[in-house]
Amino acid sequence: MTEIQLKDPMRDPIGWKKEDERPRLDGGPIVAGLLISLTAILIIGIIGLPLFAVFAAVLTAGAAEISATLTDPDTLAALRLTLLIAAIAVPTNGLIGLAAAWAVTKYEFPGKTLLMALIDIPFSVSPVVAGLVYVLLFGAQGLFGSWLDAHNIKIIFAVPGIALATLFVTFPFVARELIPLMQAHGKLDEEAALTLGASGWTVLFRITLPKAKWGLLYGLLLCNARAMGEFGAVSVVSGHIRGLTNTLPLHVEVLYNEYQFKASFIVASLLASLALVTLILKSAVEYFGRDAEATNPIIEAQN
Amino acid sequence: MRPISLMAVPLTSSISRNSETRVTTAKRIHDTQMKRSRVIPGFGLSLGIVLTSLSLIVLIPLSALVFKAAGVGPSGFWYIASSPRVIKALHVSFETSLFAALFNAPVGLLIAFVLHRYRFPGRAILNAAIDLPFALPTAVAGISLAAVYGPHGPLGSVFAGLGIKTAFNPTGITIALIFIGLPFVVRTVQPVIDEIERETEEAAALLGATPFRTFLSIIFPAILPALLTGFALALARGVGEYGSVIFIAGNLPMISEIAPLLIVIKLEEFDYGGATVIGTLMLVISFALLFGINLLERSARKHFGHD
Repeated sequence: MTEIQLKDPMRDPIGWKKEDERPRLDGGPIVAGLLISLTAILIIGIIGLPLFAVFAAVLTAGAAEISATLTDPDTLAALRLTLLIAAIAVPTNGLIGLAAAWAVTKYEFPGKTLLMALIDIPFSVSPVVAGLVYVLLFGAQGLFGSWLDAHNIKIIFAVPGIALATLFVTFPFVARELIPLMQAHGKLDEEAALTLGASGWTVLFRITLPKAKWGLLYGLLLCNARAMGEFGAVSVVSGHIRGLTNTLPLHVEVLYNEYQFKASFIVASLLASLALVTLILKSAVEYFGRDAEATNPIIEAQN
Repeated sequence: MRPISLMAVPLTSSISRNSETRVTTAKRIHDTQMKRSRVIPGFGLSLGIVLTSLSLIVLIPLSALVFKAAGVGPSGFWYIASSPRVIKALHVSFETSLFAALFNAPVGLLIAFVLHRYRFPGRAILNAAIDLPFALPTAVAGISLAAVYGPHGPLGSVFAGLGIKTAFNPTGITIALIFIGLPFVVRTVQPVIDEIERETEEAAALLGATPFRTFLSIIFPAILPALLTGFALALARGVGEYGSVIFIAGNLPMISEIAPLLIVIKLEEFDYGGATVIGTLMLVISFALLFGINLLERSARKHFGHD
């Protein structure tokens, strides 16, 4: 056995005898300690504190106040509406995102880059403008306003408007996660299945979806968090009718503006818990997804 | 987070146009590729779903904005756009977003760098916490930021002792936009930092470069394009941000009133024309900014040759 051992000649071409003979890149323990502390302070100070503030405000409220707020009919109505909107927006965007990823990654066609850019547009539009465009279309003075009024159809200040505005702001979420993933997977498996006689739907459900399921789940998770938490776009189209068109985030605002701060923070803590659950599930999906990618033979062959 | 693909339309076609024959050959190859790639069924269905939903949900509503803005007419448009309150609101929105993004670029870079370079207890939790502003509803962020940075809040009272007012003024708006924008910078820079080979840095160190010099000559040029993208994303998000800002802003006209809030106010006054003009201005300025920074990012990528 020689003294110089190469664990991995590609990663270690010089053959450092010991790990500690490599040049130090961390700047020594003092610099490292300082940088790590600074980073921790910045993350906790900028991002952590607001979250702690929500739960701290709830802890100072009594159990009676908490249960009174959570069982209040307006809170329950807001919760129901938020769940309804998510139940509309998440599956719809899942379907659209899957269709977009299928079209973009399985075929070549002119205008593909433009299509991808158009799908991303809602990310660069202010949520308030997203709400505004629907008011301009369907509001009382809007393009279709008088027609809708004559036919007694309500979109603005009603559930359809809230659903549309939510669909607008969450439009790119699933597509944006699926497209790079399905691009990396290529289409060899699908073509092989087709030559063996599988139908298009079989290919989708037996090959494409199982491979892309973590990416799809990840996109749906982010889409759900945004759909339940959207404020600006929904605020413009909802009209803030208590018990009817208030979602949970709007209810937080209404309570806050009525100086019912405790109640506002109690409702906010529901949404903050949703955010925490989203983050935990997201980390889990990332963990399992990475595992799945690591054992994917096609990806390995491409690398 | 992918770089902005909005402007990433290829400038040159891949087919050479030098001679007639090459064009036809290329076209034939292209055609056969197109045919072969359509072996997979569902092209019409999937593209149909995308185009229909994209038109109904995004494109037609957005064109209603342009249509309505055109209906206001040039003089009406100018009258609204040049009113002091509108100009001031746009000014506040863009200025606070710019300050927040300028703060977030170095801070986000530091966080991404430290999370990449060092292993320490709690690293995974800190890394996961970066995404909180993405997941936390903006209204919740808004009221809790107001609680933290308000005059009686844990940080607000500290800053008040130093004579800095951190709520109900543009500083408060900037603080909210720092919270909202930080993950954009960190998540854009992180994958690029992960790609830098440790050996490159070791070589620099062996050649006698100080860690600072290594950072300036090796690391920084490689991540500059991604840093610019993160900066642009944070800036664009900040300009349009509403929910997390309005609770801490104080919303004083001509002082701390942001452009999205002015749109909401105009709508509440049933001044659709006013709301449309401000919305159109925001849209145009944001797209112009993103386009400009995209060009900058491209030239940085070309200069430092890191693809």
